[in-house]
Amino acid sequence: MLQTFADYVAYTLFGLLPNSHLGAAVNFFIYDTIKIFLMLATIIFLVSLIRSFFPPERTKKILSHKREFIGNILAALLGIVTPFCSCSAVPVFIGFVESGVPLGVTFSFLISSPMVNEVALIMLWGMFGWKIATIYIATGVTVAIVGGLVIGKLKLEHLVEEYVYNIKMGEIELAVLTWRERVEYAWEYVVDILKKVWLYVIIGIAIGGAMHGYAPADFLVKYAGKDNLFAVPLAVLIGVPLYSNAAGIIPIVHVLMEKGMALGTVLAFMMAVTALSLPEMIILRKVLKPKLLGIFIGIMTVAIIFVGYLFNWIFV
Amino acid sequence: MDIKVLGTGCKKCIALYNLINEAITELGIQANVEKVEEITKIVQYGVMLTPGLVINGKVKMSGKVLSKADVKKYIQEEM
Repeated sequence: MLQTFADYVAYTLFGLLPNSHLGAAVNFFIYDTIKIFLMLATIIFLVSLIRSFFPPERTKKILSHKREFIGNILAALLGIVTPFCSCSAVPVFIGFVESGVPLGVTFSFLISSPMVNEVALIMLWGMFGWKIATIYIATGVTVAIVGGLVIGKLKLEHLVEEYVYNIKMGEIELAVLTWRERVEYAWEYVVDILKKVWLYVIIGIAIGGAMHGYAPADFLVKYAGKDNLFAVPLAVLIGVPLYSNAAGIIPIVHVLMEKGMALGTVLAFMMAVTALSLPEMIILRKVLKPKLLGIFIGIMTVAIIFVGYLFNWIFV
Repeated sequence: MDIKVLGTGCKKCIALYNLINEAITELGIQANVEKVEEITKIVQYGVMLTPGLVINGKVKMSGKVLSKADVKKYIQEEM
């Protein structure tokens, strides 16, 4: 149905030829824009409904005094459903540590929460299909579990700023929400996110559409194909400053893959965009001593690059 | 009345602060509105998601973007 509409607008309304570059690009743009916005609205709504059951206060209680390993797995999974933004990273960190969540488990949460975020997932699902979206979730959660486990094993509690341990955190009584309030919350969240990302999505899809229509099919094989060993680290390096723009980047990455970028490189790039965010690192410096922050960034970088090579090696 | 907006200075926190000032002017009440930006103080209230809204020492809300009607409702609950 969407395709019929896109065909109608591009070929009948604008009078473009279906086999022309411009026609293909415009059609692609209309189809993808409508599809992605429909998906964003529906799925963010559903995710937010689920999230209204997992405020960080509850997640904290679930994870408090959990043993490592099981705690790490739980934390990585809860990271998907607990609402989180980098501006809340510090209070969440303090809250977790204060209530007895082990440091490594806290890190599993801090890694998984931004990496497996709903906008990135929807965009991946919409543009690459559910298989790649699932691979992304599974690898993201695995990286979060392993990263947290490693940090836990290194016994780095002394590298957390001392004042964190001296804070006595208050308890707030969580009001039990009615369904009406949950729906309102979810709807507000949808509006909030769409306001934030709509422009990036449109720009991303427009650039993607243009490349789809104009660039030759094997354009990137030489540079970003699996035979270029530098492609993965380079993709990670490029991904770091693009934080929080997952919405605009995925449509472009989709076309890059179509033109020959290897799957592992794509995954590594996406993870660098979502999980290695510069502002979040600056915010985390308030609670982590520079050495721990460095170790955290180091582990994440190594893990992401490893994921890139692994998938490039598996999918020949 | 004592109103505190908890937040480390993100956009939403500033928006909430302005909204509260508008709400009290419209309601015509006297209130002391204060921004709490220091992280140690914020967590002492038990708030993990900013912005947080504290009225007369009670945490009324955390982590949401409120409408003016919501803000007025919270203020009137504590009047």
